[in-house]
Amino acid sequence: MSIWEYANPVKFMRTSGAVLPWLIGATAICLPVGLIWGWTVPEDYKQGATVKIMFLHVPSAMMAINIWVMMLVTSLIWLIRRHHVSALAARAAAPIGAVMTVMALVTGAVWGQPTWGTWWEWDPRLTSFLILLLFYLGYMALWSAIENPDNAADLTGVMCLVGSVFAFLSRYAAHFWNQGLHQGSTISVAPGDRISSVYSYPLYTCMLGFFLLFVTLLLIRTRTEIRRRRTAALLAREMRA
Amino acid sequence: MLALLIRDLRLATRAGGGFGLGLAFFLIVCTLVPFGVGPEGGTLALIAPGILWVGALLACLLSLDRIFALDWEDGSLDLLATAPVPMEGAVLVKAAAHWITTGLPLVVAAPVFGILLHLPSGAQGWLVAALLLGTPALSMLGAFGAALTVGLRRGGLLMSLLVLPLYVPTLIFGAEAVRRGAAGGDGTTPLVLLAGITLATLAAIPFAAAGALRVNLR
Repeated sequence: MSIWEYANPVKFMRTSGAVLPWLIGATAICLPVGLIWGWTVPEDYKQGATVKIMFLHVPSAMMAINIWVMMLVTSLIWLIRRHHVSALAARAAAPIGAVMTVMALVTGAVWGQPTWGTWWEWDPRLTSFLILLLFYLGYMALWSAIENPDNAADLTGVMCLVGSVFAFLSRYAAHFWNQGLHQGSTISVAPGDRISSVYSYPLYTCMLGFFLLFVTLLLIRTRTEIRRRRTAALLAREMRA
Repeated sequence: MLALLIRDLRLATRAGGGFGLGLAFFLIVCTLVPFGVGPEGGTLALIAPGILWVGALLACLLSLDRIFALDWEDGSLDLLATAPVPMEGAVLVKAAAHWITTGLPLVVAAPVFGILLHLPSGAQGWLVAALLLGTPALSMLGAFGAALTVGLRRGGLLMSLLVLPLYVPTLIFGAEAVRRGAAGGDGTTPLVLLAGITLATLAAIPFAAAGALRVNLR
């Protein structure tokens, strides 16, 4: 079991087809349980009911960053070893990541209005998420603009590498530029200032649910991409014959 | 490489090369902003560093498609690819030519535009220093964006979507240095960080851009 076996689309289709129903089932259990559990938590003494936005905001923000990292890794695998499924997975992940980024920004705005008194603030974290969204949009636009799929995979891969460096740089540059309203990280392994387990357990469930949702959507989208390539190849063969 | 540089400069400065258009665009931006925000000197001085930097960014962006597009169309890019000069060197020279024709005039003319926007005289030195250190990074990143989109028919809009987010750190540090200078402070820290970005792009971007060009030429 190594990722190189799955460079063969047939092998990938077979395995992902077998795994997919289980993933869908796990997501269908985990996500509603986490969200409903999050809905029933006691209200925060300061923020009231708005604390429940956390169960959408934190997992989507986490996934938004992790999906970009996953795209970076899959792009590298494609650029180094010409792993075709890897390139398709990067392409399939981008719209999911963009939606997660938008979700984090929107839930953040809805949450920020009652707690900070503003929908939007040029806070470093908010700003870097907006820039991350721009990178996602540019990445998807580049994919759709280039016709030759291998060239598109190469160019978007290079763009993802350079973009990662600059997205990272922008995050720290934004810190330099403005100190923000947003709190630091909520979940840490260090003892001390941590959120109560009343909130953290449903939050972990939601995070797991979002992760499973992402993997499920990713597999479905990658399978669609592979099928689209197959139809294109078949059509090209028809045209030649 | 020197021959290539001279050729590019000659092409840019002769008729139809668009030399000075960036500067004219910069002038128009600096003329339009007071109409938009009102002629009060205090307000203008407050936003002048940002306007000057954003203007420089857009002026730079306008001329980016010239870096590779014309050579791509008439096939000289293929000749460059087969020339003994490595592609990375060609990218570096092309970006340098772009900088000399758009970045350098902006640096030289910036104090005049600073006066137009009531930039405090103490900040003029910071403005020139920041533009001098920052505009090479703009040209390098622009060359990367141009290399990515060179094969596309309507790549201009896509290129701005790709390139402008890459400009964010340069803009932050550059404008911050001028703002600190305008407030009578010391802008050395952002200037040093800006120089760091420029040096890093000079070192790394030619490889990425040359890789993208090779993909587009295959």
